[in-house]
Parts: sequence; C-alpha cells; structure tokens
Amino acid sequence: MSELASGSVAVDPLAEALPPLSAHESLVEANRCLYCYDAPCTHACPTHIDIPRFIKKIATENLLGSARTILEANLLGATCARVCPVQELCEGACVLGSEHKPIMIGRLQRYAMDYAHSHEIDVIRQATSTAFKVAVIGAGPAGLSCAGELARHGHRVTLFEKRSLAGGLSTYGIIVLREPVEIALAEVEMIRRLGVELKTGIEIGRDVTFPELEANYDSIFLSCGLGATPSVGIPGDELCIDGLAYIEQSKIDRAGLRVGRNVVVIGAGNTAIDCATVAKRLGAERVTIIYRRTEKEMTAYPHEYEFIKKEGVEFRFLTQPIQVLSEAGTVTGIACLRTELAGVDLSGRPTPCLVPGSEFVIPADQIVRAIGQNKPSLARILGLGTIGGFITVDDDYETSLPHVFAGGDCIRLRGAASTVMAVEDGKLAAHAIHRKLTAKPTLAGVL
Amino acid sequence: MADLSIDFAGIKSPNPFWLASAPPSNSGAQVHKAFEAGWGGAVWKTIGAPVLNVSNRYGAWHYGTQKMLGINNVELISDRPLEVNLQEIRDVKRFWPDRAVVVSAMVESSPDSWSDIVRQIEDTGADGIELNYGCPHGMSERGMGAAVGQVPEYCEQITGWVKQVARIPIIVKLTPNITSVVYPARAAVAAKADGLSLINTINSIVGVDLDTFEVTPNIAGKGGHGGYAGPAVKPIALNMLSALGVDEVVANSRLPISGMGGISTWKDAAEFLLLGATSLQVCTAVMHYGFRIIEDLCDGLSNWMDAHNFATIEQVRGKSLNRISDFKNFDLSFRAVARIDQTKCIKCDLCYVACNDTAHQCIDLIASDGRKVEPGSYDLHSNGRFEAVSTRPQPRVREDDCVGCRLCYNVCPVEHCIEMVELPAVAPTVTWDELSKTHPEVTCDWEAMKRYREEHGIHIH
Repeated sequence: MSELASGSVAVDPLAEALPPLSAHESLVEANRCLYCYDAPCTHACPTHIDIPRFIKKIATENLLGSARTILEANLLGATCARVCPVQELCEGACVLGSEHKPIMIGRLQRYAMDYAHSHEIDVIRQATSTAFKVAVIGAGPAGLSCAGELARHGHRVTLFEKRSLAGGLSTYGIIVLREPVEIALAEVEMIRRLGVELKTGIEIGRDVTFPELEANYDSIFLSCGLGATPSVGIPGDELCIDGLAYIEQSKIDRAGLRVGRNVVVIGAGNTAIDCATVAKRLGAERVTIIYRRTEKEMTAYPHEYEFIKKEGVEFRFLTQPIQVLSEAGTVTGIACLRTELAGVDLSGRPTPCLVPGSEFVIPADQIVRAIGQNKPSLARILGLGTIGGFITVDDDYETSLPHVFAGGDCIRLRGAASTVMAVEDGKLAAHAIHRKLTAKPTLAGVL
Repeated sequence: MADLSIDFAGIKSPNPFWLASAPPSNSGAQVHKAFEAGWGGAVWKTIGAPVLNVSNRYGAWHYGTQKMLGINNVELISDRPLEVNLQEIRDVKRFWPDRAVVVSAMVESSPDSWSDIVRQIEDTGADGIELNYGCPHGMSERGMGAAVGQVPEYCEQITGWVKQVARIPIIVKLTPNITSVVYPARAAVAAKADGLSLINTINSIVGVDLDTFEVTPNIAGKGGHGGYAGPAVKPIALNMLSALGVDEVVANSRLPISGMGGISTWKDAAEFLLLGATSLQVCTAVMHYGFRIIEDLCDGLSNWMDAHNFATIEQVRGKSLNRISDFKNFDLSFRAVARIDQTKCIKCDLCYVACNDTAHQCIDLIASDGRKVEPGSYDLHSNGRFEAVSTRPQPRVREDDCVGCRLCYNVCPVEHCIEMVELPAVAPTVTWDELSKTHPEVTCDWEAMKRYREEHGIHIH
C-alpha cells in the first residue's frame, strides 16, 4: 500500500499553496499568451519584466532564455513569482482578463525560475571588475537587488545584514505558504555568486560605524526596511505578540511557536492576514481579525481577503481594542469598543470614532498585533531627511547625504510596500550609483 | 432539410463524405464501423502489389498546443494479402448496399497487371475504382503512384488500359507533387476516366530531432520524405481543386471531382463543394478524432445548406468557381481600409506591430488626450494594473495611408474587431489587362506609370 493510500503522509499545513506547473501545463498556458506588443503586463510590473518575451520563450521551450529575460529585469524573480500580488499587477493588466482568464504570469515565471534553480544555472553573470566599492545595508529584497545589479556592473559590493540570515522579509516575513525559506535563501546564494560579499550579523552603529563605511566605500545604499510592529497603546499591550515575530517563528522555529486556541489578530493589512493564516493552519480553533474601520478601508489585497475568508477566519470590523484582559499574566480576552466612521483623516481614510458604552469582550488566549511597522531608526541616527519617518530620496534614490542612497520599504511613503517595488528600487538605485561612480568629470565639476 | 445524397459518375452515396483511401479504410471491420457511424462511402485503402511496412511511419506537425495540423506518412499501400482485402470488400458492400464502396488500386505498370486487378475488384461488387497515381513515397520508387501521376502521358496510358476492361466507374487520383495539376487531369479526361480525385499527399519532411539530429520520424536512424496531409494542406487542395474547375478542358468534360486535403469540419466541406467538388474524402481528421466526426460533418453541412436555401449538393457544387480569376482581371480601383472597433479592441497591439514592422506603417497609437504616442512611452516609475490599463493607448488606422493589405485583420485575435471597410473608388475601374491595352507604356516605364497615377489620383504609401 502506498503511503498516500494508507494516509500516513502528514500534509504540511504551511506547505507552498500553489503547486508548480507541470511542463505540459506551462506549455499550454504559455501558448495561450497572445504575445502582446508593448504589453500592459510589462507596464504593470514594477520591474517591467518583458513578460510576453519570457512567456514566448517558455512556449518555444527555451527555458534558459526565459529565466534570463526575467532576471535581467528582476534578480529576485523567484521570490516575486511567488509573492507578487499579480492580480493587482501583471495579471490584472492582461488583455485576456476582460473576457477570459488572464495568463498565469506568476506561475509561469516561477516555472522558468525553478528551471534555472533546479539545473543550477547561473543565468546572470558578473561584469569585469571595477575599482569601486559599495556598501549595501540590509539584505532584504531592495538590498539584494541593488547589490546584485551593482555586481553586474562590476562593482565590489559588501552586503551587511544584522540578522543571521539574509533575505529580509522573504526569509523572515513571507509565510511559507507563499514562499518557502529555501527559495529566498537560494536567491541570496545567487547574489553571492555574482561576487557580492555578504556579512551577516553586522549591525551598523554596533559592529561597524557609519563613518567607517563612508571612509571605506565609494557609495552606500540603505535598504534597512522598517522596524518592529508598534505597540497598540492600550493597557496589557505587552501581552500582545508582534505579528512579524509570529510569522518569523512559523518559518524558522515552527516547533517552538505557541499558537493559541482562540487567537485575535489586530489589524487588517496583508501581515494581519498572514498571521491569521499561520494561526489557523497551525491549529487555532478560532481566529478573529479585528479592525477599527470596514472592509472597504482595509489595506489587505482583495484576493488575500477572499483567501482568508475561505480559511474560516472571522472578521470584526468597526472594532477598536481598548484593553488586553488577562489573569495572572495569561491572556483571557480583549475588550473592545465599537466605532463609527466620520470625516477623512490624514491618511485619506475615514476616521474611526469610538461609540461610548459599546464595550464588549472577545475571549482570546493569544493576541497578535499586525498594525504596520515602526519607521526606520537608521534615518534618525544618521540625521537623514525624512517625510513621515520615511527616508527622503530624489529621483535617483539619493538621500540628503551625498553618495548615500536608499530604497525599499524604508523610503516607501506612498503606495503599497511590496517585494517587487523594493526590487525595482534596488535596481534603479544601482543604476544611479553606477552612473554617478563612473561619470566622466565635467568642466563644471572641475571648476 | 437539405438532401445530402450524391451521384458521383453513377456511384451513389447518402452523403458526400467518404473515407479517403488511407489507414481508416484498411479493413472491413473499420469500414463497417465507419458506415455504422454514418459515413456515406469509403475508398478502400489501396490494394495491389505486395509490400512490407515500417514502424514509425507517421510524423506530425504541431503548432503551439494544437496537435497535428499536419501529418505525414511513409506508410505504403495495404500490406494485407490481396485475397483478404477482396473478401472483406465483398462482405462490406453486401452489408451496405446504399454506401459507396470504391477501391483504390495500384499495381505494376503493365496492361495485364491492371486488367487483373480491375477484374478482381469488379468481382467484389464494389461501386468504383480509384487509380492511385499519387502516393509520393515508396511506391513511386517502384514506378507506381506519383511516378505515374507526375507524367501525364503515363497517366493517360494506364487509365486507357483500365478503361478498356472496366465496367464500373474509374476515378483518377491526382498528385499535388507536380508543377500544374491540370495536365495529368487533362490526360485522365483524354483517357475517358469517369471522375477525378485530388489531392493526394504532398512530399514533406516533418522535422528533425534537435537532440539526436535524426529526421522525424526516425526509422532505425533514417528518415525521408513522406506524404503530407491534414488541416495545413487545405489551401493547397482548394487551389488545385479550383484549377481543375476553371480549366476549360477539364470543366467541359464535366467529370465529377472528389475533393480532399485537410477537410476537418463541415465548413471545410462546404468550401470544397463551392469550388467544384461533388464528393469529399476525409482522412486526417478521422485519424485524429475517429469516425464519430461524421455526425457534425453532415449536421453542420445540412444546417448551412438550409440556411442558404440549398436543397441539394448539386446546387452548391461549383457555386464559387465563377469567382476564381487571375490577378490581371482584378479591379485595381477597388479600395478597402482596415477599421478597428475600439469597443472590441483589447489593445494587444498585434495589429500595430504587424503593420509598423512588416506592412505599411499606417496604424498609430493614440493616447486618451488624442496625441500620437510611441510604444513603451510610459514612465518607468509607472506600474500597477490601473495605470497600465487606464493609460494604454488605442491603436488606430490612418485610413488615408492604409493600403488595405489586410494583415492587421488577419492577426487580430478578437472576432470582428478589425473590419475591412470598402471605400468608394477614387480612380476609374480598370483591370491590369485593360490597362496594359489602353496604356501599354505603363507596363514597362516607371515614368509613364507615375504620370498615369498622378492623372488618376492614385497615391502610393
């Protein structure tokens, strides 16, 4: 009797949700692509991958060429193939979407990336070495992308990462359901093989000072991301779990993760959805997301909202937590007030106003907060220009300090912070750094 | 409901669809099954000289995920003993008196061999004999098949031998592997054949294996040309069919023609009828999907005939032949331009790239504010579904510059999105034939041509 038939195979509740396309599926799907000219999917992709070209190459079974087409525009093509909100980007713009199903661009991209990965092909190569040295701070998607692109230009890049593993949110913050850790780490290795020197466990200001970096490198790129989840600011706050830490543990130390039976997640962004997914999949009987506005204002992508509803997660909208309830240090529930929406606030969304006397209690033995991330502390330490706590950069991603550039979530004041946007930041910043480093001195510069 | 029955040189069948002489009609059991499914007739797989076949005898040409747009084969004529075939033909015909049972034959090129096979076939009670002058591989190396069909004199001589002894209708099957199919057809007419059929398969090599460098299909390390058939050959077949229809000698002979070559649907069938076929032979589509396709072949054809008030196949036959002409008779003043229906356009821009790269550069991309823009002119910082879709320019034809080449119409993936719109003529109606008589100088002198154009307001873009 096969293992499957005997039922002895335990299905991993967090296993990657979408299976890879088979060779046949990918051929059929690739052939369905119309091969649009100047295609809208390419426009919609923040890294502007030439999507019809890479799909056509799958159709002609030129998988190496397909992988190269992707990686030339986006070094983190394997991660993006999995984590991109394709409904909002390439697939959402597919011309077939109006009357037919859009092409499964994300899954085709994954097919090409998996091919390069499983055949251990280094698709992208390093250019001839220059004498320029660049330090990249933070090995998340923006940092990896920037470091890799700089290496492609031939520059000597040192990538500093304070954590023990590189990859940033791809490694620590994307639930395994969407991207297994190995994929993120394989991408890191690919960037290293491009000649990037990776130094993990190094924190700026603790292990190396910023002036030291400025003295030793021709240019610096900051891709430090954002901080931990802020506190909710209510009594009993300290009993809440940081949502990002919750996800991280589900990836790195799942055995050590305590999942409650009755979990409440505060917040309704994509991280909140991920936290609720982890809780539900790892055994919580009841998972409730509470949000002080309505489903109209929630920042989670519509497809994520649809997904989590099917997971059986409950939503309590117009609900403001006011106190974490506990007995002897153990969470027993969360006291909330109902809200009503009033005039528009600074973020352009309606302001939730508390309804007096509407207090009620949601019983819970675990409360996870997923209400965004703290602004980058590095900006304050270095005295960089900021807006709303985010690092200010010009069109070339240069900060208020000359030769110091920044990209990724730490500059993302507007628009959805996402992996693919960070990758594009890193890429464009690398090109700008390269231009600046290799610019011929002009007369104006001499005088 | 339309009457689908036909009378082909005295061979009657309840509908015009016959299995072509090929693997589907290899045995009594198969033909019996086909008749049960509703086929009007069958041309038995060629019988005659003894042969041996090889493995890997079929190769196919696929396009994208569409399987078998074309199939080629190096299969020979029937490799079953002659006696077995003759007995099964006899049995099938006895069981199916209302169906057309035609037997394809091919023997050594001698009067005795042919008179023997003709008598043996007639003894079975078969309705007719098709002379296989078309098989392009194997048999032709032995002086049979296409080796006969490619030489009109041989074609006439052998048909003559057959006609001297035959009492049932004789159909001559023509090979397309020839400069003009008209000459062997005329030879068959001269030898008093009772009907013609075309096309047989086309010489082809279907592919090369990119790992082993062997020719596809690989026959113990070797491969070679085989006969090509299937949907991809239909336009070639239609051309050859119409060439017979407009040839004076062949047309005046009034010989019925059995059309074949890529017929897969009732629509294909109707086109063959309109260009002069009386019966229709099918092979590849059956080899792809089985005998069951006969149901829609008949049903679709019948419904189409009803919709167009055709009561009989004879009323359809050759209806479009009067449209077949030569370039010299085309109206040079005829003007059509492409027009894109913006409500249907999905902005794939395939028309734009086709026109601008390979045709006449008369499609522009127009932004929502009416400006003409170049492809890819969006800001690199722009992204996302909304921006990509909402700012995407609309392809639009500059009708003044459109020469009406119809390439965009052909590449557009949306039904009825691009239409060719006829415009009033600006120049007088004239054909090249007329022009070369009234203005002979324009045919050999570019300056004279220039003057003529200016005179008549003809602008070349």
